Amino acid sequence: MRKPQRQGFIYLSLLIALLLTVMPMPQLVKLARPDWALLVLMYWTMALPQRIGILTAFFTGFIVDVLVGTVLGVNALAFSVVIFAVAQHHLKIRNFSVIQQSLLLGLLLALYQLLLFWLSHFLTGVYFRPQYLWPVITGMLVWPWLFWLLRRYRRQLKIQ
Amino acid sequence: MNDMYFRGPSLPLRLLLAVVCSVGLMLVDRYTDSSTQLRSYLTSAVSPLFYVASLPQTLFSGASEQFMSQQAVLEENSRLKETLLQQSGQLQLLRFLQQENDKLRALLGSAAQIPGEPLIAEVLAVYSHPFSHQVVLNKGSSDGVQEHQPLIDDQGVVGQITSLGPTSSRAILISDNTHALAVRTERTGVRAIVEGLGQWDSLRVMHLPHSTDIREGDRLLTSGLDGRFPEGYPVARVTRISQDVSQPFMVVYAEPFAQLDRIRHVLLLARRQVVTDVEPTQEQP
Repeated sequence: MRKPQRQGFIYLSLLIALLLTVMPMPQLVKLARPDWALLVLMYWTMALPQRIGILTAFFTGFIVDVLVGTVLGVNALAFSVVIFAVAQHHLKIRNFSVIQQSLLLGLLLALYQLLLFWLSHFLTGVYFRPQYLWPVITGMLVWPWLFWLLRRYRRQLKIQ
Repeated sequence: MNDMYFRGPSLPLRLLLAVVCSVGLMLVDRYTDSSTQLRSYLTSAVSPLFYVASLPQTLFSGASEQFMSQQAVLEENSRLKETLLQQSGQLQLLRFLQQENDKLRALLGSAAQIPGEPLIAEVLAVYSHPFSHQVVLNKGSSDGVQEHQPLIDDQGVVGQITSLGPTSSRAILISDNTHALAVRTERTGVRAIVEGLGQWDSLRVMHLPHSTDIREGDRLLTSGLDGRFPEGYPVARVTRISQDVSQPFMVVYAEPFAQLDRIRHVLLLARRQVVTDVEPTQEQP
């Protein structure tokens, strides 16, 4: 087994993703904000499934819960489920082209949004509006660029 | 392949653990009171993140103020002076009315309303997740902020504080769909409850019977009956009424006065003090 190398940089990228999650934005853009933390987690799970997995996803989700103010545990659960799916199929997803990946991740992002909605619906009684699914589309559009950026980041810094 | 042996518990088992943990967290957070304390600790733990995240915006607005032309500054200054003059004119009358009101209240033997010192706070982050309308403010318990303290902006009621850290606090907006407050209509004095819907521009007025006298355009003010918000602050204007006889109550929607989607500064009102010397005056013959 390869020794973990420079794992701190993985957490640094997650921290930046969390900052982007709470960065103040104009109202119009805000509803369409991609789920940065989840996208970055997906990349690392796919690239290094033996380092980043459900445990990291759970804790990142918990921090997102605290930052965003949803009921504690909602994002933690949704993150864990989505990352489970990615970790289970990481070998297959890796072989896809970037466009195919972003289509597949679109499905997973939609699953995440729906999980979030269902849980919040049971806990606080929110109503569904189609605008809630905007982050799925922006997430899919952002993915190719994010993938390229994070791969460069991983290779330049030799994170293993 | 060597990696496989170092994995520890299998993936489905890990998922199960994570799901059990998060379901437990959810139930604790939603159905017990101990979570408010936990939340305030967590809020203070992550408050540096909010400061860092709002840094670009602060820098940007600071820079744009630096490079504002002198002409624009002069214009703004004269405009501000004008509004100040107008408002201090109105304030003179208000002082007089306040005095008169105090005297009348003293005559009636009812409790005097003690206005506290208001506090101005800046919004660090507006998190507009559709399921939770909350803002993070840059004032905390060390500035004298209390839990459940009401928030207003220059137009109307904004929300209330839900959790506190030493230097930051989190407030829930009236448009959040777990928030409700007691109001009465300005025109007729009908009491009602206004509930958030998770939409920025729309609130719902609850449980009004069909015979209630309410019209589009009616102003709704806080009634003070909820014990959280002081009486008389504007909340919303009735925008749409639909009467469906098959429903037990009227369906009434209202638009909040406060610009909830673009708040920058809010005013924290001092909690209304409960005055206890009402009873002795009632006992007098």
